Amino acid sequence: MSKDAILGSIRRGLRRGPLPADQRAMLESRLATHPRHLIPARSRLPRPQQVALFVRNVEKEFGTVERVPDLAALPAAVADYLAAQNLPPRFVLAPHPDLAGVPWSDRPMLEFETRRAEGTDQVSVQHGYAGIAETGTLMLPSDPARPTTLNLLPETEIVVLRASRVVGAYEEAWDRLRAEHRDALSGGFMPRNIMFVTGPSRSADIEQTLELGAHGPRRLHVILVDDDPAALPMADAEVPLRPAEPGGPAAPGD
Amino acid sequence: MHVTSPAFKANASRAMRDAGLQKALGKAKGAFLERRAAAVAALPEFERLRDIGRDIKNHTLAHLDFYLETYAANVERAGGKVHWCSTAEDARAAVLEICRKAGARTVTKGKSMISEELGINEHLEANGIQPIETDLGEYILQLRKEAPSHIIAPAFHLNREDWEADFRRMHTELPADRVFHERRDILAEARTRLRERFLAADVGITGANFLIAETGSSVIVTNEGNGDLTQTLPRVHIVLASIEKVVPTLEDCTSLLRLLARSATGQDFSVYTTFSTGARRAGDLDGPEEYHVVLVDNGRSNMIGTEFQEMLRCIRCAACMNHCPVYGVVGGHAYGWVYPGPMGSVLTPSLVGIDKTALLPNASTFCGKCESVCPVKIPLPGMMRHWREREFERHLTPSAQRRNLGLWAFMARRPGLYRMVTRAAIGALGLIGRGKGALRSLPLAGGWTEGRDLPLPEPGGTFMAQYAKARREKRA
Repeated sequence: MSKDAILGSIRRGLRRGPLPADQRAMLESRLATHPRHLIPARSRLPRPQQVALFVRNVEKEFGTVERVPDLAALPAAVADYLAAQNLPPRFVLAPHPDLAGVPWSDRPMLEFETRRAEGTDQVSVQHGYAGIAETGTLMLPSDPARPTTLNLLPETEIVVLRASRVVGAYEEAWDRLRAEHRDALSGGFMPRNIMFVTGPSRSADIEQTLELGAHGPRRLHVILVDDDPAALPMADAEVPLRPAEPGGPAAPGD
Repeated sequence: MHVTSPAFKANASRAMRDAGLQKALGKAKGAFLERRAAAVAALPEFERLRDIGRDIKNHTLAHLDFYLETYAANVERAGGKVHWCSTAEDARAAVLEICRKAGARTVTKGKSMISEELGINEHLEANGIQPIETDLGEYILQLRKEAPSHIIAPAFHLNREDWEADFRRMHTELPADRVFHERRDILAEARTRLRERFLAADVGITGANFLIAETGSSVIVTNEGNGDLTQTLPRVHIVLASIEKVVPTLEDCTSLLRLLARSATGQDFSVYTTFSTGARRAGDLDGPEEYHVVLVDNGRSNMIGTEFQEMLRCIRCAACMNHCPVYGVVGGHAYGWVYPGPMGSVLTPSLVGIDKTALLPNASTFCGKCESVCPVKIPLPGMMRHWREREFERHLTPSAQRRNLGLWAFMARRPGLYRMVTRAAIGALGLIGRGKGALRSLPLAGGWTEGRDLPLPEPGGTFMAQYAKARREKRA
């Protein structure tokens, strides 16, 4: 069968048979320890600057960010954002416990349904799992509380993210997932789907010229909930564009 | 896909006379180069990451059997199914069978070069299933019945006028006198048209940029979001991937992702980088109910252990073609198969045979730019040289060229004779006009000067003569 033919052909090329047990054990240990490689210095910053770097990178990729003090501030933030964009105050909401506990009735104009998204939905409010400062990237794993369609079908996606969930590098986000998530089916930690989202959808297929809003959301708005006192902006601190020295101060979890 | 590589010379001449193509190439050329340069300059660790990327891929290839078996076992653990396919025919049959079992009438597709290589669309159409390309560039090419001319920007060869004309021609249900004020109007029309298709499709087919052995995941990297809609909405998701896409761990993949977008489009990270692991889980509100991986060899395992093994490190970023002076003037279609530019000039002979493709590794100035920008440091010019050697050994080189090479080799082994002849030739050319620039044509070498000018000698004699003179003067 094809499997044996392919593996046989690879082994002929490598001039050996199946790997001996000791070499297999070595490779299995590499998989089990999944060593990190070089992590760029740009995200290894003290917390306030790390979160500021995340915000700046989201904006660099044509996303927008608003910081709010707590989840209770969400209804006003969502209502005001939609009004500013001339959008109706209607959205589909991720069925996440964090979002269920929000006092939405503070803004009685807001209408929402808690479900997956359909083709007709204009706006979604999604729950973010982590933010990666290195490139301003949101990590959105699928699970019953975070339907994937919310990231794809509406023209406008609002992602609610706790500042305590902003990390420096992708590797730190993987560490969190490995530690926190269990997949009942495979026994591993990977959910069915993880989207890493950096800015709104775009295409440069017409004359290599960038246009926003291809098939996914045209607008990506992040509402950052400042639940991490150590990550609050420092009054006088200037955020450096890049750390002065490669290998500067290490970020938490590094 | 039909191979027109034997006609590379005619293809290239036609491309150079094609005003529309030259306009499109001229517009696009600078954009990729500047964006990549800016992204690389903003990451001081980029050079070290290239070494890491090379090493990760080398490690994987040296243990490819182990990592493929581990990958397949982890796909099945997560409820997916792996279909091992030695040939393109096996892969087409596997895809068709999955589509038939799903009762599919329409299939949406994310951009995938392996799908072009396998001829999936033609096979589905021939069997009554309608494939719909959803990447914006691939979508217009499907309307035009054309192949991609670039591996990450398939409609690289088209101008805005082409888009407008094709949309008017094909979208006949819309008012014929509608105005496209901006590029975004073209984009909006495609978005609306394709949205219905996404929602109606029975099966979604995507490629894969990486496969992760550790977790059994497939990874796609896109900007439009079409790949994600393709793999999220239909009931069945098929991943088409070749065997060299596997990497050991998420950390390995992450390091390669730091190289990919920067090398490709000059973005720090693409908009959507998505990891898929099996089908919909209990309680999930969306996602496909079936997840299949069609794992394709199609000639790649034969490259292992040869001087072309390193080509299997390629992560398909297209930096080599974006920086290639030959690609820059002839475009992608001239190369005559799926993969154009320097990476294609090495890979195509490996996959379809050097007898049909011998002109491709010769379509190079050996300027070395491709190797210098390759994120995984593939020695592309060196491998093109290997193909030229094989071509020569197998007597595929035209006889006049063989004779001339033989003559040159005879002289090059006799330095005295070589200097005498070059001195005489340069003297003769000097009579025509020393230091006067270049000749547009040369008697008896019309074929050679048709596409290039012959520079006339500068004052001062040959290099060897100048060198000897300088040494004499120094001594004196």
